[in-house]
Amino acid sequence: MELLQHYLSLATKSIFIENMILAYFLGMCSFLAVSKKIETSIGMGKAVVFVCGITVPLNWCINNFLLKEGALTWTGIKGMENVDLSFLHLIMFIATIAALVQLVEMIIEKFSASLYTSLGIFLPLITVNCSILGASLFMNERAYTFGESVVFGVSSGSGFALAIVSMAAIRFKLKYSNIPDGLKGLGITMILTGLISMAYLAFSGIQL
Amino acid sequence: MANKILSDPLIDNNPITKQVLGVCSALAVTVKLEMALVMAVALTFVLTFSNLTISLLRKHIPMNVRIIVQLVVIATLVILVDQVLQAYLYDVSKQLSVFVGLIITNCIVMGRADAFAMSNTPRDSILDGIGNGIGYGTILIIVSIVREILGTGQMYGYQLIPMSFYLENGGWYMNNGLMLLAPGAFIVLGLLIWAQRTYTGFVEE
Repeated sequence: MELLQHYLSLATKSIFIENMILAYFLGMCSFLAVSKKIETSIGMGKAVVFVCGITVPLNWCINNFLLKEGALTWTGIKGMENVDLSFLHLIMFIATIAALVQLVEMIIEKFSASLYTSLGIFLPLITVNCSILGASLFMNERAYTFGESVVFGVSSGSGFALAIVSMAAIRFKLKYSNIPDGLKGLGITMILTGLISMAYLAFSGIQL
Repeated sequence: MANKILSDPLIDNNPITKQVLGVCSALAVTVKLEMALVMAVALTFVLTFSNLTISLLRKHIPMNVRIIVQLVVIATLVILVDQVLQAYLYDVSKQLSVFVGLIITNCIVMGRADAFAMSNTPRDSILDGIGNGIGYGTILIIVSIVREILGTGQMYGYQLIPMSFYLENGGWYMNNGLMLLAPGAFIVLGLLIWAQRTYTGFVEE
């Protein structure tokens, strides 16, 4: 029961309070590019939840069984207790993510042609989506346990999905408003994101 | 031609405000001028050398695995920067936390490598890297100066607004704490984009 409560509060924290986009600015590029249409943004959101939910625990395993100081002790080879490969974590994390995205792309292409066409070029872009690598790096920095890393991966992905879908809905309404020329597109989107993020600051008062 | 490659990304074709690349880190590291400066230098270094490397290798990289090759080159350079920062600028490195590692997925580096370095000579690619790095740095520095002054009343750690102005010392002034939080960054950058686009006359559809 204790554990469940802990996981629930971690999930709430990473979806609302420490939202990937609105509090840490991660994944802004795809957020700005894909939030023009609601359907595409829902597809993108799903893809991010999926990829994030898998890569964070996977990277946890790699970090704890291969890279950390003393992580190679399980091999039983003498002297392995002192090996510290943690400087390699950046390249290992990004390699895992790149490989997994390639895999997801192939699976989606096979099973859901409509989703594949609607995501278009944005699926490969997930590789360079900061929120995916960012989630793995936060997992490493905050030293989560395996269970926590699963919860954190899924919920930080959900936070991204929530933000991108709500932004797409607002931008849809924005089509009918009269905006100064220079502010059209990127400018107004930035300011709107600022306003949404201000609204999300209200969640930070929640005691967990 | 060479001048154009170098100067174009500064205002007219700025990576952040026009090409919409690398926005994530631009927002996150601009709380203080010091962080923004370190980040700008780190990114310019990575960008210049990744452009050079990719450009030298461009005739040998097969098209369908180019993303992986580019990622490996960039990740190696970022690891170098990360280790150097941890060794010589430990405090700043701690403050930047994950954002140094996130240079790997910074769209500017990938974008320029793919769009420019893959089809241009090494000399032009270096110029393009430096130009885009400086263009990115300029935006970072402007945003961070605005945020630091409005948020803490300081610039590069020095108090700009006299202490006697503050409310607790009997004055009338108060720092705007919102500038230090996420919304401040979004709004300052939004206004900056507006200013830049009004100046260049670019209208997005």
